[in-house]
Amino acid sequence: MARVFMKGCEAIAEAAVRAGCRFFAGYPITPQNEIPEYFARRMPEVGGIFVQGESEVASINMVYGAGSTGTRSMTSSSSCGISLKSEGISYCASARIPMVFANISRGGPGVGSIHPAQQDYLQATKASGNGGFEMLVFAPSTVQEAIDMTYNAFEYAQRDRNPVLILCDGVIGTMMEPVKLPEMKTDEEVAAFKEGNKEWACIGHGKDVKRSWIEPGHWRGQEDANIEAAAMYETWDKDVQVEEYLVEDAQIVIAAYGISARVAKSAIDILRKEGIKVGLIRPITVHPFPYHSFEKLDYSRVKAILDVEMSIPAQLIYDVKLGVNNRCPIETCLRSGGQIMSRDAVLDAVRKLNEK
Amino acid sequence: METNLCVAGFGGQGVMTLGKFLAEATCDSTDKNVTFFPSYGAEQRGGTANCFVVISDEMVGAPLGDVMDDLIVMNEPSLDRFIGTLKEGGTLFVNSSIVKGEITRKDAKVVSAPVTELALELGNAKVLNVIMLGIYIGYTEVVSLEVVWGTIEHKLGKKPKLLPLNKEAFEKGLAIGRSQR
Repeated sequence: MARVFMKGCEAIAEAAVRAGCRFFAGYPITPQNEIPEYFARRMPEVGGIFVQGESEVASINMVYGAGSTGTRSMTSSSSCGISLKSEGISYCASARIPMVFANISRGGPGVGSIHPAQQDYLQATKASGNGGFEMLVFAPSTVQEAIDMTYNAFEYAQRDRNPVLILCDGVIGTMMEPVKLPEMKTDEEVAAFKEGNKEWACIGHGKDVKRSWIEPGHWRGQEDANIEAAAMYETWDKDVQVEEYLVEDAQIVIAAYGISARVAKSAIDILRKEGIKVGLIRPITVHPFPYHSFEKLDYSRVKAILDVEMSIPAQLIYDVKLGVNNRCPIETCLRSGGQIMSRDAVLDAVRKLNEK
Repeated sequence: METNLCVAGFGGQGVMTLGKFLAEATCDSTDKNVTFFPSYGAEQRGGTANCFVVISDEMVGAPLGDVMDDLIVMNEPSLDRFIGTLKEGGTLFVNSSIVKGEITRKDAKVVSAPVTELALELGNAKVLNVIMLGIYIGYTEVVSLEVVWGTIEHKLGKKPKLLPLNKEAFEKGLAIGRSQR
């Protein structure tokens, strides 16, 4: 298939439609407005529903409702808008509703800035709402990856009956680049997805079928529900995805995800030509986190880790520290508040580390 | 081989459209990697707007580079803000209708044209970006002019009435760009 030139946000929306998403509700916020805009145009073409809710809270709860019927459903927002949705996200996780949402993140805290940032890492990976639930969280570093992750996210959501988060910084969301789009799921396939959820979905069964209901709170035994969810989270080791780039002989290893990893990777190519042995570990799933990639490093060779992210204070660093476990120093190269990581900043940070 | 371009001006001058036409034409006509990254404030008109286009044989790392090979400035504040990012010996494309200040960088190749006035002469101030795109293509030939025009034609598909004006604007730009090579 020929490549097309697409903006990250629009690509995410198209990938969702192609994966069989037939319900989207959202509320405007920069820099993700192209997602609802695209769905508004696209959904009627495929017999899906687009709703611009009256608020973030309304939108996520519409997705909660649509997801409860087994329809592939999605919402999106940016940073402070995601915070507003966190109650509904937690309810979806509690009631085990499959749904996909995207955070095209911007500066924070609070209303922050409209420009790209990576300041929602801890919220995304550790607590996207109350109650200690977990989600698969994917962090794309190219528009193509954003497409592939969104497309597959619906499969994971359905498999686990759990929300899946695409944690996408504002750079990937707003930039355009050539991409290849995945195959459009046929109407028959989309119907089959919904049919596959029939066992639990609230769609009005006949009298001969066991009654379904959705439980945001588990009145028959909350602890049992927690244990059951925890057991499901435990199965996610197989879903960990990571890119290791030139790590085999590296003396300095950069830890970065999303746009920062992409910038760092291009810096590595320059630094390698200078003879500096530097590599990259890029978590593709930021939850579950690829701790193993850091645990297995040969620390007689690796003299430092450089944590590169667009967040001050650093957040990814907490997971990196768990993997490194005090076996070498961890330095940082950070921007924040809407300032984008530059290749020069990474180059300088690595060169300084190399001289130490 | 990687080319970094920054296009900067006021919101409403068609800065984003210029960058997008170029990037999309590159995507359609070559195997190269290309990225387009917009940066603007909350305003729809006025304020500053700029975009970055990176064209590369390799995977594009940062979609906005630290050092620009080419810089297109449509107004004075953009010149002040971005001139420092132009590489040694880089090419500066200037809208001389608005940018009156002296170009302090003596190492830069300067291609200048009063695109605002030229657009008004053609009867529509809005085509200044298409004239500037023509100048850029005429001067650099980074992508073939047929492909760029094909992209413009495709994008204006829903408004065919605008095609003759844009064609005239693009060709005017091409001629200026070539003459200053």
